[in-house]
Amino acid sequence: MTTTEKPDYKVIGTRPIRPDGVEKVTGKALYGADIHLPDLVQGAVLRSPHAHARILSIDTSAAEAMPGVLAVVTHSDLPVVADKVLDMGEGASTASDMSKNVLAADKALYRGHAVAGVAATNVHDALTAIEAIKVEYEVLPPVLNVQDAMRDDAPLLDASRHTKTPTGEESENASNVAAHNRFEGGDVEAAYAEADVVVEREFDTKMVHQGYIEPHNGTANWNSDGTLTVWTSTQGAFAVRGALAELLQLPVSRIRVIPMEIGGGFGGKIGVYLEPVAALLSRKCGRPVQLTMDRTDVFQATGPTSGGHMKGKIAVKDGKITAAEVSLAFEAGAFPGSPVMAGAMCMLSPYEVENFKVDAYDVVVNKPKVAAYRAPGAPNASFCVEQLIDELARETGADPLQFRLDNSAHEGTRMITGVAHPRIGQEETVQAAQASDHYQSPIEGPNRGRGVAGGFWFNAGMQSSVVASVNPDGTVNLIEGSTDIGGTRAALAMQLAETLGIEYDSVRPTVVDTDSVGHNDVTGGSRTAYASGQAVYEAGLDIQQQMVARAAQLWECEAEDVEFVDGALRHTSDSEKTMTFAELAGKQMETGGPLQGRGSVVARSPGAAFGVHVVDVEVDPDTGKVDILRYTIAQDVGTAVHPAYVEGQMQGGVVQGIGWALNEEYYYGEDGRMENASFLDYRMPTSLDLPMIDTIIVEVPNPGHPYGVRGVGEVPIVPPLAAIANAVHDATGHRFTELPISPRRVVEELHNLQ
Amino acid sequence: MKEIDYLAPSSLGEAYAALQNGKTSAFLAGGTDIIVQLREGRKEVDQLIDVKHIPELMSYAWTDDGGLVIGASVPFAEIYEDDEIVRRLPCVIDCATLVGGIQIQSRACFGGNIGNSGPAADTVPALIALGATLTLGSADGTRDLPLEDFFTGPGQNVLGPGELIITINVPPQPANSGSFFHRFIPRNEMDIAVVNVGARIDLDASGERIEGARISVGAVAPVPLFVAAAGDALVGETPTEDSFARAADIAAEAATPITDMRGSIAQRVHLTRVLTYRALDRALERAREA
Ligand SMILES: Cc1cc2nc3c(=O)[nH]c(=O)nc-3n(C[C@H](O)[C@H](O)[C@H](O)COP(=O)(O)OP(=O)(O)OC[C@H]3O[C@@H](n4cnc5c(N)ncnc54)[C@H](O)[C@@H]3O)c2cc1C
Repeated sequence: MTTTEKPDYKVIGTRPIRPDGVEKVTGKALYGADIHLPDLVQGAVLRSPHAHARILSIDTSAAEAMPGVLAVVTHSDLPVVADKVLDMGEGASTASDMSKNVLAADKALYRGHAVAGVAATNVHDALTAIEAIKVEYEVLPPVLNVQDAMRDDAPLLDASRHTKTPTGEESENASNVAAHNRFEGGDVEAAYAEADVVVEREFDTKMVHQGYIEPHNGTANWNSDGTLTVWTSTQGAFAVRGALAELLQLPVSRIRVIPMEIGGGFGGKIGVYLEPVAALLSRKCGRPVQLTMDRTDVFQATGPTSGGHMKGKIAVKDGKITAAEVSLAFEAGAFPGSPVMAGAMCMLSPYEVENFKVDAYDVVVNKPKVAAYRAPGAPNASFCVEQLIDELARETGADPLQFRLDNSAHEGTRMITGVAHPRIGQEETVQAAQASDHYQSPIEGPNRGRGVAGGFWFNAGMQSSVVASVNPDGTVNLIEGSTDIGGTRAALAMQLAETLGIEYDSVRPTVVDTDSVGHNDVTGGSRTAYASGQAVYEAGLDIQQQMVARAAQLWECEAEDVEFVDGALRHTSDSEKTMTFAELAGKQMETGGPLQGRGSVVARSPGAAFGVHVVDVEVDPDTGKVDILRYTIAQDVGTAVHPAYVEGQMQGGVVQGIGWALNEEYYYGEDGRMENASFLDYRMPTSLDLPMIDTIIVEVPNPGHPYGVRGVGEVPIVPPLAAIANAVHDATGHRFTELPISPRRVVEELHNLQ
Repeated sequence: MKEIDYLAPSSLGEAYAALQNGKTSAFLAGGTDIIVQLREGRKEVDQLIDVKHIPELMSYAWTDDGGLVIGASVPFAEIYEDDEIVRRLPCVIDCATLVGGIQIQSRACFGGNIGNSGPAADTVPALIALGATLTLGSADGTRDLPLEDFFTGPGQNVLGPGELIITINVPPQPANSGSFFHRFIPRNEMDIAVVNVGARIDLDASGERIEGARISVGAVAPVPLFVAAAGDALVGETPTEDSFARAADIAAEAATPITDMRGSIAQRVHLTRVLTYRALDRALERAREA
């Protein structure tokens, strides 16, 4: 569905094969653990068996004396770093927290928290050696959810932490609440007093993991000249470099990060875990060191996303939402930095809400420090808001999509942050869902129900930098620094081909290391196709300009008399004078030498993304199993550069949302141990649990991008939690306010089991 | 990780000798349980005795009276690809096709599933419902025992140190009998049963009265349960919603599950009732088709 007349693109909108495709499907692509270096040794990490414990002493002498052991490191090997904030792109942390997360200092704050690292000639020696490290712990009671953590008498993870309050002051008492923020506008109480209907409920969600296939890895070589080379699969080589410079107190220029292919990230591969430990080990033993995680480590010791507790109250008058009051408390894990603010700022953004009061609490608990996960914070918050909206639509007898349309935000509507929406596609997206074959077809049969929900994600801009070299045969090498997770090599090559008017196959994109291209922020925030796309466009314009100048030089005319049109140079008044892109590319030596285009941007207008989902479910009331019968997602993507990858992102987000809604959760024992730290018992959906997910691409071009591109990768995970809860309610008459809506929860609640 | 010896006896005699060499052993059939457990450090042994080269364990055959004798190491895929077994013993197929996916089924076997003795083992309730027995062998000779008497606790069984499972023996099924096995898992694949149930119903010649019934439930106790009382309550009854519901209640009363990440006590007791009822219903259908 195209909502405005689209320019007549030649490459954008087609579905070419991705440049990295063949290598990946034939198993030749090199991922993080595939790197083999001369003299490479393996390492292992000792992890805390306790969720909360003071580390009284660490004795590494026995381990150091073992055969094959080359080096042992602990937190004391890390330099002391300041409390400086490190913005990693999606999620920030202070350098000192990050340092304590990489190797525990005075306290182990979650089970799996790294305590020491060992390098040895082989992995078996390293694994044997970590068992010989003697750690004396004083075990403390763990705090495992936000409600417990917020109690006045809760054990404190950090006795020196006080709450940053909405006024900017610090709380008097120490607290596990790192920050409390508030957004307030209008008069909610007055609106409640006049409302036709007010609904109010509390909701709970659990910690969940991104579940990427490739475990974390880090290989480091600390050279004797003091330079450091790191190979890792990451969403942001530059973010890793910046973090390493801070944590190891090295000049940025001395660190080279070589990004390997990445087996999924979804936000979870931005922070550093193993890289600094491998670097310290390498410095100590003088050899390159490789560290890898197994799945249990990945679950226990990387960054999942927050569970939390939410409370919402929304009012309606004459079919319009008049007030919303929402309080969100999200688990940050062991150190501050949950995505609660993002959740708070997203959840009401699809709608016009004049009177609001939103509280957001960032709460530390004895669980791994959370990381970004696809539209971080928004899915949880929308689980609360979109269920309340569903209830309001029901209570007022409105169709749930029409109700959303009637309340939709549009250009000029202010979000709770006070920022006005530019041109957005919220209304078009709701209308696309309304018009879908799915929504137009009735849902019939016992125990079946339909649910809908909407969602919003800001999308990010940030910095990108590319270089494009024109080859004598008219092909172009595109040098970029954005990790390719979702097909961005193709999406960027397509935008360059479009700008230059040449074939897609003429552009060869390569993702290079941090020494070889200007700074690029992470592949996160759905920013790459948009922001790196803008850099690519600028590099294309740069090439165009230089080619125009060179053609003018050859034709002995003014540059104003030369046009660059459809991949060719033309003299504006002399039709005899034309040159193809390739012809001019072949004349580089005589026109000034190698031709390179550069593009460096701070992209500041990421068009926000909106999605509306429709789902049909069938609930077996006796076993509690929820089957997804049909699923349709409509989403405004701005311009679909490569529609197949856009659809893939939409479907992938839905799949992760379905898992989050139905089965995924960190299942903790009272001792703070995650009991299901494997893919057997951490139940992500398999292909057999999913129907075909139908996609409706809505294109309302982003006015802030030359091709109208908006980020697409994150917003599709926002609506599924609520859409499914709404569908299950429709099927059973029971509202599930706690995730996951697992068979266990469904039978326990439907049959009142205890 | 510790080094482990690998032995591959080609006869029962060699296997018995290997069991007496003073080392701690585990058998390596398909390896889909034992290799995982060794790698994760959940089990430690000196030697692995590969039981895939012993002829008695690697073949299966029908007996003259219509029973099926299955060698302990015959992979599931070989069983479910046999059209005659599919036709005559669909309940064996129910469980053989459920364990893991195609890769697992091409390696894993009944002997491994039983030998591993997990409370949630998927083949066990099916085989108990069918009245299966085991033939165990050691240097001292062989002995037979009902499958339900084999298990003594999670991962534990009656096998002596020098003993192994040679065959699983499914007795001839009565005329007008039908059996069914199923499990409940939260997803459609890749899971360990929250509860699994096998049920057999023997009808009289008229097809209206139940002459015998066997019900077995897994994952609700330290060992797979044979709930004789639930089956006995059906004897002499007509197959109705009420009689099935009563039997299902008895099965649920026998369940003594735990709460863990795979399910809660309340959920498992409830599911025992639901799955038993449904298994009886499907077994009845098969009995009527028989
Ligand atoms: C991905 C995956 C999915 C799975 N899905 C299921 C499932 O759906 N349902 C299920 O029930 N199980 C499942 N399992 C577990 C496993 O596959 C089964 O229990 C299988 O039947 C084990 O058979 P095996 O031949 O691989 O046994 P092995 O691993 O070779 O042996 C298992 C145990 O049995 C003992 N043993 C083997 N043979 C004998 C013998 N002849 N006599 C005495 N003891 C013996 C061994 O000593 C060992 O302790 C799964 C496993 C994996 C890895």
